[in-house]
Amino acid sequence: MSTIEVLSPGLLTTVQDLGREGFGSMGVSPSGAADPIALRIGNRLVGNSEGAAGLEMTLLGGAFQFHRPCVGALTGSDFGATLDGETVLAWASFEAKPGQTLRLGPTRSGARCYLCVQGGIVAKQFLGSGSTHLLSGLGGHEGRSLRKGDVLKIGRLPEGEKKETGRKAGSTGTTRHPRKVPVTALKQFAPREVLRVTPGPQSNWFPRAAQKALYESAYLVSEETNRMGLRLEGPNIPGGAHGEMISEGVSLGAIQIAAGGLPIILFVEQQTTGGYAKIANVVAADLSSLGQLRPRDEIRFELVSFATARKLLIEQEKLLACPDLIV
Amino acid sequence: MLAKKSSGKASSIKSKKKLSARFNPASDQSLLIYFGEKITIQANEQVRKLLHLLEAEPIAGVRNLHPAYCSLLVKFDPLKWRHEKLEKELRKYLVQLDKVRLPEPRHVEIPVCYGGEYGPDLNEVAALHKITPDQVVELHASASYLVYFLGFVPGFAYLGELPSELVTPRLAAPRKKVPAGSVGIAGNQTGVYPFETPGGWRLLGRTPLAMFREDREGLSLLSIGDRVRFVPIPRERFAELSRT
Repeated sequence: MSTIEVLSPGLLTTVQDLGREGFGSMGVSPSGAADPIALRIGNRLVGNSEGAAGLEMTLLGGAFQFHRPCVGALTGSDFGATLDGETVLAWASFEAKPGQTLRLGPTRSGARCYLCVQGGIVAKQFLGSGSTHLLSGLGGHEGRSLRKGDVLKIGRLPEGEKKETGRKAGSTGTTRHPRKVPVTALKQFAPREVLRVTPGPQSNWFPRAAQKALYESAYLVSEETNRMGLRLEGPNIPGGAHGEMISEGVSLGAIQIAAGGLPIILFVEQQTTGGYAKIANVVAADLSSLGQLRPRDEIRFELVSFATARKLLIEQEKLLACPDLIV
Repeated sequence: MLAKKSSGKASSIKSKKKLSARFNPASDQSLLIYFGEKITIQANEQVRKLLHLLEAEPIAGVRNLHPAYCSLLVKFDPLKWRHEKLEKELRKYLVQLDKVRLPEPRHVEIPVCYGGEYGPDLNEVAALHKITPDQVVELHASASYLVYFLGFVPGFAYLGELPSELVTPRLAAPRKKVPAGSVGIAGNQTGVYPFETPGGWRLLGRTPLAMFREDREGLSLLSIGDRVRFVPIPRERFAELSRT
C-alpha cells in the first residue's frame, strides 16, 4: 500500500472528507472539509469520488514525502507549493515520484488548502466518515491534527474509476497533460467577501438598529476563529439578549449573537444545540467561502430570500456537475 | 400509552393543543419545529416521539435531526425540499404522534466524586443557597433526571430538572477548560462534560465513567429519554473506577 509521510505538519492539518450527517441526536456535528467545493474538485482532479478523504491545511502548509508514485492535486488557497523545488500549480493534478517531497508554505490567498491523492487518504471510519472532529478527538488520523512522522496510507482506486481519469494510477512514464480547472471556471468558485444570508429563526427578535448594523457594516474575522465557529469583530448588534432563550438545534452557518453583542458564525465542527439568538444564516452556496476566511479578513452580509438561496445553490451545483469543469 | 397517563385532566381541547406545532425556517437547509415555548416534559415527549418516528420512517432527503428541550431542527437537502413542502410532509408525522410508543426509559447510574478538585464550585453553590456542601450533594443525588436531549458536543446530555433548592445561574465568566467527566449545574439543568471543553456550568464533582466512547456500542453512555441518577462515591472508588 502506498503511503505519505508527514515531514512537517504545518499549522493545523487534518484528514477531512465531506463529514458525517445524521448524528445530531447524539450531539455529533458533521465536521468535514471547511471548503467542501475545494475538496470535491480536488478529488475529481485525481479521479476519486468527490467525497474521498484528503488533507486540509490551515494558513501554513506542511511538507509531505511520497513513498510510491502518486497522483495528487492541490485546491483551495495558494500555499506556494513545490515538489522537490519545482512549483506545483493549484487546481491541477500532478504526479509525484517515490521519494519526492511536496512542500507548502504560508498562504498567499485564503485560509485553507487541500491535498487530494488518487485513491484517497485511508482514514478510520467513525459514524460513516473519515473526517477528523478535533474537539472530541474522534475520526480522521487518531482524532487529531497531523504531527511530524505520521505515515498516512493511500487507498486504491477501483479499476473502473481508474479508467475515468484517463491514466494509470502511479504510472511514471510520459503522461497526459495534467488535468486542471480552467481559470474561467475557477472564478465562479472564488471565495466571496459579501456573504449571502437568509433570516435566522430569531431574526424578528432584533430591532431595526440590529438589522442595520449587520447589513450595513463590515465585520472583521477575529483571531479566535476555528472549525467550530468564526468570531467576528465590528459594530455591536443590540437585542440578542431576549431573556433566557431555550436551547434549540442550530444549523451550519447560523449567525448567533452572544451576550456581548458580537456575531459568531457556527461552522463545520459546530455545537449541535445552543441558547443564543440567531439573527441570520449563511446560505448553503456560500458555506465554502467561510472555509477560506482568515483572521482579519473583512466581510459583509447581504440578505436574500429563501428562494434566491435555493437558486444560488442550484446554479452552483450545476457548475460543479459541468463536464467542462475539468480539462 | 402516554395519553392515558394524563387521562385525569386530558380533555379533548388539551389533546388537540398537544398537536399544535410551530414551524420556522432556520436556514435555507433547515427547519425548526417547536412544541410550545416552554421547557415541559410534555413538549419534550412530543420532540422525542417525532424523533422516534422520523428515525423509524425516515424521509428521503432529510439529512440530520437535532432534538432539544421543546424543538426539533430538521436539516434537509435543499435541492430536494423546500420549507413549505417539507412542513406539509412533517405534518403527516405530527398527526401520528399520539400513537407513538416511546421505548421504556433506561435507568442509568453515574458515580460521582463530589467536591475538592473534582467539584471546584461545590462550596460556592452551597454558600449561595445557604446550605452545607453535604446537603448540595444529597440534593443533587436525590433526584431522578430525564435526558431531555443530547447536544452541544458528542454525548453531552441535558438533564432535568434539578431540585428547586439547587437552581443556580451559570458562571458569569465561563472556564476556558472544563475537564472531561465534570458534573455541572446551570439554571435548573445538570449534566456531565464528555470532553474537555470550555464551559460555564458550576462544577460539583466528576465521574470516572467515559460519557462517549468510540469503541462502545451506542457510543454515548446516555441517550435521549433515559433516566439518570448520580451516586456519590469516595475518592478511592473514583481512582479504582478510573483504572478500569
